[in-house]
Amino acid sequence: MSNTAEAATGVTGPPPGGQTAGGNGVLRTLRRGFGAFLRQREATVLVVVVALFLYFTIDSSNFLTHANQANLLSGIAAPYIILATAEVLLLICGEIDLSVGFTFTLAPFLMYFLIAYDGVPVILAIIITLIFGLVVGAVNAFLTVTLGLPSFIATLGTSFILYGVVLTTSHGEPATLPASTEHIGKFFGNETTSAWGWSAIIWAVLIVVIFHIVLTQTRWGLHTVAVGGNQLGAREAGISVARIKYGNFMMTGMLGALVGLQVAFYDNTIDPSAGGYQYMFYAVAAAVLGGTALLGGAGTILGAGLGALLLAVFIDGFAIIGISANPLLIVFGAGVVVAMIANVQLGRLREAGRT
Amino acid sequence: MTTVPEGQVAPDGAHADILRVEHISKRYGAVTALIDINMRLARAEVLGLIGDNGAGKSTLLKILCGFQPPTSGHIFLDGQEITLKSVDQARSLGIDAVYQDLALVNQLTVYHNMFLNRERVRWPLLNNRSMRNEARRRLDAMGLKIPNVNAEVAKLSGGQRQAIAVARSVYSNPKVLLLDEPLAAMGVKEGAIILDLVRELKEQGNVSIIIIAHNYGQILEVCDRVNLIQGGKITLDKYASETSAQELTDLVVAEYRKALEDRQRSAASSSSLGETPRSQ
Repeated sequence: MSNTAEAATGVTGPPPGGQTAGGNGVLRTLRRGFGAFLRQREATVLVVVVALFLYFTIDSSNFLTHANQANLLSGIAAPYIILATAEVLLLICGEIDLSVGFTFTLAPFLMYFLIAYDGVPVILAIIITLIFGLVVGAVNAFLTVTLGLPSFIATLGTSFILYGVVLTTSHGEPATLPASTEHIGKFFGNETTSAWGWSAIIWAVLIVVIFHIVLTQTRWGLHTVAVGGNQLGAREAGISVARIKYGNFMMTGMLGALVGLQVAFYDNTIDPSAGGYQYMFYAVAAAVLGGTALLGGAGTILGAGLGALLLAVFIDGFAIIGISANPLLIVFGAGVVVAMIANVQLGRLREAGRT
Repeated sequence: MTTVPEGQVAPDGAHADILRVEHISKRYGAVTALIDINMRLARAEVLGLIGDNGAGKSTLLKILCGFQPPTSGHIFLDGQEITLKSVDQARSLGIDAVYQDLALVNQLTVYHNMFLNRERVRWPLLNNRSMRNEARRRLDAMGLKIPNVNAEVAKLSGGQRQAIAVARSVYSNPKVLLLDEPLAAMGVKEGAIILDLVRELKEQGNVSIIIIAHNYGQILEVCDRVNLIQGGKITLDKYASETSAQELTDLVVAEYRKALEDRQRSAASSSSLGETPRSQ
């Protein structure tokens, strides 16, 4: 590290890889450009996703098939992507929703009960279910914002309540989708009635794009970051912190319900063991992989979506090449920890003015 | 500058004093934080409110910015008696306070911070280009050298951050700007950014400023007048040209010595009673 100007700008963290001395001007420019690219967290995750993708494609001829890609993207990635998007909204404003996985579990049962027992039309049942997601979010927000409980505890409570309701009402038994939902099921990507297989991932990508724009290009998004970054300062500026948090809790609840419906349609069954903590924690992990700080104020929807995609490629790829999923968790856990360390270290680098 | 008697109208039709505080007291239970404070702020004047820690500066600031009500007394803005109920209400009346490093969001850019909650939109999206240009223009007009309005605020120095917070408040066109310890924890060079900004605002003459500080060497340079607050009372009210850092230091030190002696005396008298043993 002798000749580069960047080496002299006072780095507090450890020097990033690939920044060693040497090379002529062109190489240095390239390296600096690549460094700047890598400092965008989304880009780092994207590089890893592409590398894994190439590896699995080369390693197994079964990876890059229509059936497997549809399963990877719609079956595995889509729910994680949508849930990660939902969690990022809350993580950025410094909160978390542990119950979103159980809103997911309960949502299709609610739709089922409405249709099968109350004769509610399918579309109306779906709308009521989505509104139910909003209500769960509002309850979480009430406990957190209005009553001042930490969201970790408040949503832990609602998690148990929701799961209890699922087990009580369903007696722990799966339910079959009512026949009247067949038509709309295709719209959500029901695998048994539609061989196309891309519906769910299109839903997920649409949601990512919409919320990425909301977060980066609208007042709502700006205020969400402001509330997470400096709650007191945001309030000083006249932003209604409660309104922002209520809105994001409710949006998260609704997305949880939407994913629950989508997965039920995709799997063509309503399963009381679907969703739950696993989905929720994987979504949070995906958000962390994508560069979201758990302390609020920082994070991107795009990064979380890519983090979820990375997770899905991992799960699917290892299954395809025949490696047990158990050691996968070790790799994945280590990946989350490394990502978190990188979040902290990159944050320091950024504050030292290296952009 | 002459003080206009209460209720009387200045020759030009407006009150000479933009802000007047009369007989303000504040008690917290048995503790009296402010005792019969009388203070005035003329139009386009920069008033330094100085005093040691615990003298009552912060209490007075909290009353003036609407954060808490006084126990008794009156506040007049532009000759009209006002009752401050909240920070928002004080702000809507034209009294705005800027706190050290409190108001800005580090994760947002300079221009987003400057337009926070007053964003320009081309519905449904933010009009970033317009905000960027306007932020640039306004910072330049105030003579603030912020190299890049796209930078995250976290990357700026303490002085620059404070200056942006002040600049943001000035946009809302306040009549009275309260600056709370604007030079605290700041080097000479950093502090100069703020002092230059205050000078610039004074020259433009649209806003009257109260600077609250306990380190007054630099403050004296930009103030027209200083009020020294000691033990909840204003003990000195002089034009900056009539006083010096030396005089203020002497007053504060004298008070400190006296307090120290009092404490030693009371400690000496209480020690004769003997300390209560802490055994069970």
